[in-house]
Amino acid sequence: MALTLADITCEYAEGSPLSYRALESVSLSIEPGELVLLLGPTGSGKTTLLRAAAGLLPSSAGTVEVDGVRIGVRGAQRAAVGMLFQRPESQFFALSVEEDCAFGPRNLGRSDKDARADGRAALAQVGLDPSTFGPREPWTLSGGEARRAALAGVLAMRPRYLLLDEPTAGLDAVGRDSVAAVIERTRHTAGVLVVTHDPDLLIRRADRVLVMSEGRTAFSGDVPAFLAALPALTATGAAEAPEVLRTLMLAERRLGRAGATPTLDVDEAASSLARMCAEGGVPR
Amino acid sequence: MLEFAEVSFAYPTATAPALDGVSFSLEPGQLLVVVGANGSGKSTLARLCDGLLTPGGGRVLVDGLDTADVSLVWDIRVKVGMVFQDPDDQIVGTTVDDDCAFGPENLGLPPEEIVARVAEALTSVGMDGLERREPHLLSEGQKQRLAIAGALAMGPRYLVFDEPSAMLDPAGRRSAIAIIERLAHEQGHGVLLVSHDAADVARADRALALSGGCVVFEGAPEDLLADAALLRACGLATGSMGVLGERLRALGLAVPVGALEAESVVDALWP
Repeated sequence: MALTLADITCEYAEGSPLSYRALESVSLSIEPGELVLLLGPTGSGKTTLLRAAAGLLPSSAGTVEVDGVRIGVRGAQRAAVGMLFQRPESQFFALSVEEDCAFGPRNLGRSDKDARADGRAALAQVGLDPSTFGPREPWTLSGGEARRAALAGVLAMRPRYLLLDEPTAGLDAVGRDSVAAVIERTRHTAGVLVVTHDPDLLIRRADRVLVMSEGRTAFSGDVPAFLAALPALTATGAAEAPEVLRTLMLAERRLGRAGATPTLDVDEAASSLARMCAEGGVPR
Repeated sequence: MLEFAEVSFAYPTATAPALDGVSFSLEPGQLLVVVGANGSGKSTLARLCDGLLTPGGGRVLVDGLDTADVSLVWDIRVKVGMVFQDPDDQIVGTTVDDDCAFGPENLGLPPEEIVARVAEALTSVGMDGLERREPHLLSEGQKQRLAIAGALAMGPRYLVFDEPSAMLDPAGRRSAIAIIERLAHEQGHGVLLVSHDAADVARADRALALSGGCVVFEGAPEDLLADAALLRACGLATGSMGVLGERLRALGLAVPVGALEAESVVDALWP
């Protein structure tokens, strides 16, 4: 079982003078239970890739398959892939949170009773008590609550693959942590692909990292390989190191040293920096 | 001076006020950061600065002009520039220079003055050479810089930024905050910056923290950053960089609490 994108090329306004190739031969496979981070600067094609994976964009070339079956504009395969867009709380339209969460499953043909039950279960899954939050008007929620309620609306459809486009952008620290916790829990029931500009957010929990640059894959591999590739990826501007590691890399560059072992461990980083100071490193 | 005196505001259908008795002032040349959890009233405060919203109680004065006086609204909006979270909300031109000229054109300025202002504004945000580019072909970071230039071309004394870097990648975020800092400290604008980023607090001259529509802290950024409980209550986290700073201080190294970015930590260790 996997969501598989093979050699996807996407061109906007194809054939017109305004045509713009957003993706060029990108491949990706994600299995249920996996957490994959999708990184890269703005404009590198991350959102386009997510839309292609959800079957929302006709690709110019390549195929998207869900568990071995090619995804179509309509059909069962679409229901297996849930997508949370950027700033999803702007898509609330129902008069209550519960009603909003039941909309998706109802559209999948589930009975009204089942759809509501799915919506309530999803609210509980994101840590919003259904009896407290279900009757609330969506626009009375705080930023973090609204983001989780929007996520519940997608989870209510019980997707096998979940695509999240910058799920923590614009949230405060509490909201960010609560959304990260939901993602962590959700990976047990679905394959999760997360686009983020906050490499610190989930890097310790991710199985794999994909880095996009100008519509192409700049890196694909596990987290240790990603950390090892960071000096090269940051040099081209394709990726940013998590801030603690960026501090180490900057210190090494200032002192004109060769790169030490890349680490996400704060204690290890602090010891390395202290050692560099003790050894009397002088900046170049 | 931009001044809030006991300002309260409630949205028509809300049960609780969005702001309750808020007072502070902002001088030209000063960078004031406003923090608070989602829903604490930060954006309401930002919108009250130029009369987009007017107070239900108290007064907002911009160089002595009362925002509640409808006849002063244009004078006030020339003095106070606004930059919102999503630059797409405020870009209207078909090219970069057209967009930047929109504000000064509406002021009825002579064409040569408009051209000079646009050139100066685009230069101060590092957008030289992109004048004829269509805005939709810009990166998010460039769009945000264009939005800043559009506000600057109005010649404001004060600039209000409502989470200008929320949608940017880390490099875009660093570039935006560097420009914002320069606008206050080198160009003398009074800057009010709404932010969720503890690293922005460290760069400010003063910090104001809101909770439930009330001011719960006003003072030096380092005092706010040193108060972990208050930070948490304001929806801020210093994250793994805060922990790194703690560890380095425990090892006897002089790293200030405000050093929350790679550059500031390395600068502190190797001054």
